[in-house]
Amino acid sequence: MSSTSEADATDADAAETVDAAGDAAGTDPILTVDGVRKTFGGVTALDGVSFEVEPETLTGLIGPNGAGKSTTFNVISGAIEPDAGKVTFDGQDITGWAPYETSSRGLVRTFQIAREFETMTVLENMMLPPKGQRGEVAWRSILPGVRGGVQADEEELFERAWEMLEFFDIDHLALEEAGTLSGGQRKLLELARALMLDPEMLLLDEPFAGVNPSLEQDLLDRIEDLRDRGRTFLLVEHDMDLIMEHCERVIVMHQGQTLVTGSPEEVRSEEQVIEAYLGGEVA
Amino acid sequence: MALLRDKTPDWVPDRARVRTALFVAVLALLLFDVLRRLLGESLAPSLLTGYLWNGLVFGLVIGLAGVGLSLTYDLLGFANFAHGDYISVSAFVGWGSTYLVAGFGDFDPLNLLFLGVGDTVFPRDVGVSVTNTPVAVLVGLVIAAVGGAAVALLFDRFVYRSMRKSGAIALLIASVGVAFTLRFMLVFLFTQDTFGLTVSAWAYELSLPGGTVNVSAPELLLVTVAVVSMVSVHLLLTRTKLGKAMRAMSANRDLARVTGIPSERVVTATWLVGGALAGLAGFMIALFQGTINYQLGWTLLLLVFAGVIMGGIGSVYGAIAGGVLIGLVTRVSQVWIPASFAEAVGFAVMIAVLLTRPSGIFGGDSL
Amino acid sequence: MSGATDPIASRLPDPLAGYWERDIVKIFGTLGVVYALYLFVGFLLGYDLFGQLNSLRRLTFLVVVYGIAALVVNLHWGYSGLFNIGVVGFMAIGVYTATILSRPVAGQNPTGSLPGFGVPLALAVVAGILAAAAAGYVAALPSLRLRDDYFAIVTLAFAEIVRITFKSSELQEVTVFGWTFGTGGGRGIRTFSNPVRDFFETTGQPLVAAVESLGLDGQVVTDWAFVFVLLAILVGTYWLIARLSASPFGRVLKGIRDDEEATQSLAKRTSSFKIRAFVIGCAILGLLGIVWQGASSGYITPGRFLPELTFFIWIAVIIGGAGSNTGTVVGTILFVGLVLEGPAQVRRVVDEFVGLSGTAPTFPDALGALGGGNVDPILLYVFDQTSALRVVLTGLVLIWLLKRRPQGLLGDRREVASSIDLEERVEKRRQSGSEATPQGGDAD
Repeated sequence: MSSTSEADATDADAAETVDAAGDAAGTDPILTVDGVRKTFGGVTALDGVSFEVEPETLTGLIGPNGAGKSTTFNVISGAIEPDAGKVTFDGQDITGWAPYETSSRGLVRTFQIAREFETMTVLENMMLPPKGQRGEVAWRSILPGVRGGVQADEEELFERAWEMLEFFDIDHLALEEAGTLSGGQRKLLELARALMLDPEMLLLDEPFAGVNPSLEQDLLDRIEDLRDRGRTFLLVEHDMDLIMEHCERVIVMHQGQTLVTGSPEEVRSEEQVIEAYLGGEVA
Repeated sequence: MALLRDKTPDWVPDRARVRTALFVAVLALLLFDVLRRLLGESLAPSLLTGYLWNGLVFGLVIGLAGVGLSLTYDLLGFANFAHGDYISVSAFVGWGSTYLVAGFGDFDPLNLLFLGVGDTVFPRDVGVSVTNTPVAVLVGLVIAAVGGAAVALLFDRFVYRSMRKSGAIALLIASVGVAFTLRFMLVFLFTQDTFGLTVSAWAYELSLPGGTVNVSAPELLLVTVAVVSMVSVHLLLTRTKLGKAMRAMSANRDLARVTGIPSERVVTATWLVGGALAGLAGFMIALFQGTINYQLGWTLLLLVFAGVIMGGIGSVYGAIAGGVLIGLVTRVSQVWIPASFAEAVGFAVMIAVLLTRPSGIFGGDSL
Repeated sequence: MSGATDPIASRLPDPLAGYWERDIVKIFGTLGVVYALYLFVGFLLGYDLFGQLNSLRRLTFLVVVYGIAALVVNLHWGYSGLFNIGVVGFMAIGVYTATILSRPVAGQNPTGSLPGFGVPLALAVVAGILAAAAAGYVAALPSLRLRDDYFAIVTLAFAEIVRITFKSSELQEVTVFGWTFGTGGGRGIRTFSNPVRDFFETTGQPLVAAVESLGLDGQVVTDWAFVFVLLAILVGTYWLIARLSASPFGRVLKGIRDDEEATQSLAKRTSSFKIRAFVIGCAILGLLGIVWQGASSGYITPGRFLPELTFFIWIAVIIGGAGSNTGTVVGTILFVGLVLEGPAQVRRVVDEFVGLSGTAPTFPDALGALGGGNVDPILLYVFDQTSALRVVLTGLVLIWLLKRRPQGLLGDRREVASSIDLEERVEKRRQSGSEATPQGGDAD
């Protein structure tokens, strides 16, 4: 569904899209956002946002503050219902789906300010997300015979959680109360926890904010590793270098619209336009 | 390019519209049924008028009580469950004063102050009513207002002030503690007895088909006090600097603080105004009923909440309107439902409002 | 590890503090201390064996019934974040349903008493529990998305509607489709005979006789047996709720309490979890109403289901710390022993040792006497008002707690929500390095 150069200059609402060259022939985008609009009170937050995300990529979503990036995430994940437009994930129309539905379907988001479960240990945080836990049916967790099955599930879950914690090098924090973690550790937990859902695609809202540079590199390596293993990432970030160096595609938003989409090189060359337009650095 | 397409077809109405339509339909149905009964003579006009008048008067009291609750709910962000007991305490203080004034010299002052607890003094001995002892009643009214303001301020100073940042639920629970402390202090002082207060006052008997409707002096006083209070509060909020500060803070607390509005002063003023109105309401409810006991305010509280929620938290006019609405509902519903369920109907209406339109009918953002 | 700022642990000398770690010790230790206090008071008051047994029995009874209710409130609020202040309403529904169903059918009922449906008691009890559960469903389903304080108001309104309905004279006695039954209105209704007492009057009679032959009042057997039955229910409730909390289900509940939106964004349908927790709690409340007001006192009136009762239950939870099952039980023991029954005990001791003459006057009289230098009347009055003063005390305790220590005694305690012992697994992992596999879980 790569649309090429259909920039419709006469349509005031249309966003100008510069498409990525070198798009894999025939791969359908895993996520499509199509003409999404959202108004809050008198303020138009999103005014016709449209873009696509290719599977198994690291795609960046950038734009100045107030461009509507977090709102877009909220609409995609279902935290907010759009006034108009359509969101398609993996071939399915998920417009207006509730957050638990979209995350259940394999599209998981993290939050800008990490929302770990403060009074629970790191391990409990990790063991909460996975789907299909038999123990989530109340009586199964209570009745003596049946409970054995739940405990078996818990053992497996523990293994998975531990491995994931080791992957992120935070296994030493397993029994710490999540509320006592440092900012960087929380970010790691947020990501690790989201991964426990085994999502096809992740929406990461500023995953590196407040994270020190070495940890940032570490995290990036892991994300790229996960991408290589088949997952898709859409990240919102303010660190332009990071985006330009590591993302295959970049989507630029401005004032609730998609401004430019394309490879980093393409966007960068457009960047002159952006810089001129915005009178400064984007972000 | 971008396809702008609405999510649902135009002809499918959204949920809010359906609800409003349903509500209007039910209202119309009820109205129709009332007319039908009036015309068919199964409902006497006098009875209906009685309900309407009674409901209005009762509703005004609920509304007055609600103003204070609404103000503090909005300003400080928590539901003050002690409000009902502020009403009770002020009522006792006010009526004690009334008895003291009315019976002064004829009976032991302590017994008078305590409303003749232990059967030491009886209403017929003192003979208090609006028409018999207007001065005593007015004195009591004023004292009740002062008492209400004092109690409200006192507990803010001693309990809520140190908890400004504690969060809505912690404050709510604390207010429940205050409520029970006050209520059972009243029990300690006055026991759980119900005290008769008044002898009958002058009433105008309005003759209508089906019977008479009594418009009594207490009721007229009540309406007068309510109107005067509302006008005063209105003037306070619109004409005085303090009032404007209160409205500003209600609209946006943080902004107000930043622009130099003295927030603690506004908080104090809010408690004083709300407490005074609660005092007036308490005194008058007792006057209206002719009796008083330790549960006076508590039994009213849920209805007061109902009025506040219907009117929209933070809206003074909404609180009054919501109160009147609740008052009317509890009375007029008796056309269809037995009297012992009248309150339950009020609660049911409140639940319905909470579930469908929690911001209330007047959806208050600011005063 | 739990970030414990346990005020008691920090005051205990080391070897004891180690024991205190264990839940069982916390509960029985506190109970032991309170028992000892009561025995001491009984000694001061010159109670004989029967008297002491009775005093402890009454205390235990209250601890058990309040404990069951408190555990439910903890499940609702401490775990699921549901602010239920309509607790008594569900208890009322349970016991009224069971009573109305089990009363003898019209024609077979003793003259002058209300008839019912003649359903066997066991079935009626089950029906009562289900009715309370259904009421919980109806109350909670539409209200789940309400914020906490509105939810609280709805539950309170619900409980009041229930009470008003049971109090109404219209439903006092009705005949529908040939069946006559009723609620008894404001006057109330006799419930059902206590099965435990029945047992000891028939099959269990020999045991009673044996005890009596030792010189003790046979009542001791029946009464204590009933308390033990209730205790079994408490233990069962604790077991059920503890298992529920330490499970994936409980984990999601905690997640909901901590951050419902985040939980939803992790593929959990939170409304489903909340409603299940709420309904389970209400079912238990229905059972509690049946055994407490129903079986124990044998007579129910709407006046026994006042908001004051909900208030007492809540404070037991808050003292102990919402979110902790053990804390809730400890809090209940302390509340019942010290705040609820404490004032009456103090009064009894004072009565015994400080002879006060005269009858309790009214407050103004007592004040007047005080003015004249006579202290006795005011003291008499104060002691006569212990039931009111204990509520004042409860209110003050609540205010103090909310200001100073809102997390209660053990609220900082974290009870890990998993069906397996995570701490043990982690230990093993750390000790043996990442190659080792943990041992099997607790077999059931």
